Formats: sequence, C-alpha cells, structure tokens
Amino acid sequence: MTTTTVIDSQTLQRDADGHLENMAEWNDQVAQALALEEGIPALTERHWLVINYMRKEFKEKGDAPSIRKMTKESGVDTKELYALFPKGPAKKAAKIAGLPKPKGCI
Amino acid sequence: MNTNGLEPIKKVSIIVSRGSLDGIYPGLIMANGARMEGIEATLFFTFFGLDAVIDKRMDNVKVATVGNPGMHLPTLLGAIPGMSAFATSKMKKEMERLDIPPVREFIQMIHDAGCEIYACKATVDMFHLTKKDFCPQVDDIISVGQFYEKSAGAQIIFT
Repeated sequence: MTTTTVIDSQTLQRDADGHLENMAEWNDQVAQALALEEGIPALTERHWLVINYMRKEFKEKGDAPSIRKMTKESGVDTKELYALFPKGPAKKAAKIAGLPKPKGCI
Repeated sequence: MNTNGLEPIKKVSIIVSRGSLDGIYPGLIMANGARMEGIEATLFFTFFGLDAVIDKRMDNVKVATVGNPGMHLPTLLGAIPGMSAFATSKMKKEMERLDIPPVREFIQMIHDAGCEIYACKATVDMFHLTKKDFCPQVDDIISVGQFYEKSAGAQIIFT
C-alpha cells in the first residue's frame, strides 16, 4: 500500500513501511522530517555521518550496508549506532536516509 | 499494530542449547536480527551451547561432520581426520562473505546492541565452570526460574 506525505510543500510517495518510493525526492529537510516521525527530534552530525555513509553504500552496491559493515566503515560503533537510532538502527537509518528497507539479515 | 492488524513482537528470549557452528549461529543471527528490528532480546546459553560464550572455546567452534544428516556426508567419510576442520573453514569463508562475524565478534556486537546474555546455572555447575571461564559479555549465570522471570512478556525460541 502506498501513501503520500507532504513535507516542505513537496508531496512524497511512501511504501507500506513508510520508506520513500523515490530516492530522488529526498533532501535534508525530508530527512529531518522523517527523523522526527521516528522519534529523533534533531539530526546531529553523528546521525548525518551514518545517513551519508548509507546513501553512498546504497548508490555503490544497490543495498543498504549491514550493521557490521556500517560500524567498521562509518566510524560509529554498535553501541552509538543503537543510541543514535533506537528501535532498530538499520531500518530506521535507511528510512531517514530515503532508502528502501535493507534486505540483509545481519 | 502492523499492516496486518496484528500486534508486532516486542521481546524474544532465545535459548541456544547446541555447541557446534550450526547449533550456535541460528540463535545468534535471530538475537541480532531482533535487536536490528528494535525488538528486545535475551540470549540464554545452556548445555553445549555454552561453548559460544566460554572464553577458551568460542574461537574453536566447528561444524559436526558426523551425526549431522544435513551435511549429506556418509558417516565414515565425515569421520576422516580433518574433515570437520575442512567443512568449518569452508563454512566460515561463506559466512564472512555474507558479513556474518566470527562467534566472539558476533557475541560482542549482539551485547553492544543491547541484548542481555546469560549462562545456564545447571550446566555451569555440571561442567564445574565459574564466571571467570566466560567472555566478559556474559551478564550473569542464572537458573531456569530466573530465565522465565526475565522472559516475562517474551516469545521463547529454543534452538
């Protein structure tokens, strides 16, 4: 089921889990609004580090990175990652980054 | 509520009772996967499953090539010296390719993700072990009763 949300006078298509249907509609304001939905009031520099790393990996590999890869390559360790994105870092960070739900199990 | 109108799982308690590579990993993957989804998770290691958290053993967990029908290997072939080590190294390579970490790193990662890790008291007593024999991520040695108390409101998964 697809839904739409208006953020910053921009109408966004969302999938059943709330992920953006179209990556190109994503921008910093959209990320901030999506973060707010996930209970993150303000994106810090550390959040952005994770978000930008995820977008870069997605563009290169076609899927969001695993948590293990993310902690090894982004400079944010497991504990911090869970603190930054409580209630499921891989999925939440992917959603805020405007990416589809990660496919991997790890 | 999720899209099916069903209540999502909030908490899981995963029991790991077997000591081989194929006995330990499913429980670890499920615990890690639960935390990734924001589900509370507790891991309880019992019997030979304790090998996953015993400091001296956790780096040497192997695939059983005898008595493991899933291997599709005749028993006598499986018993050839080096066969288990060979199967283990093949499987470890595949797992690394899928970004599945070695046991010690995985236990650390799962614990850092907020999963509580416990060892079964009955087994600890039976094998004459103490807290010192375990890796630092083991939060406590607990009885079955305590396990059930900690599992209040959780789905219990036995592996």
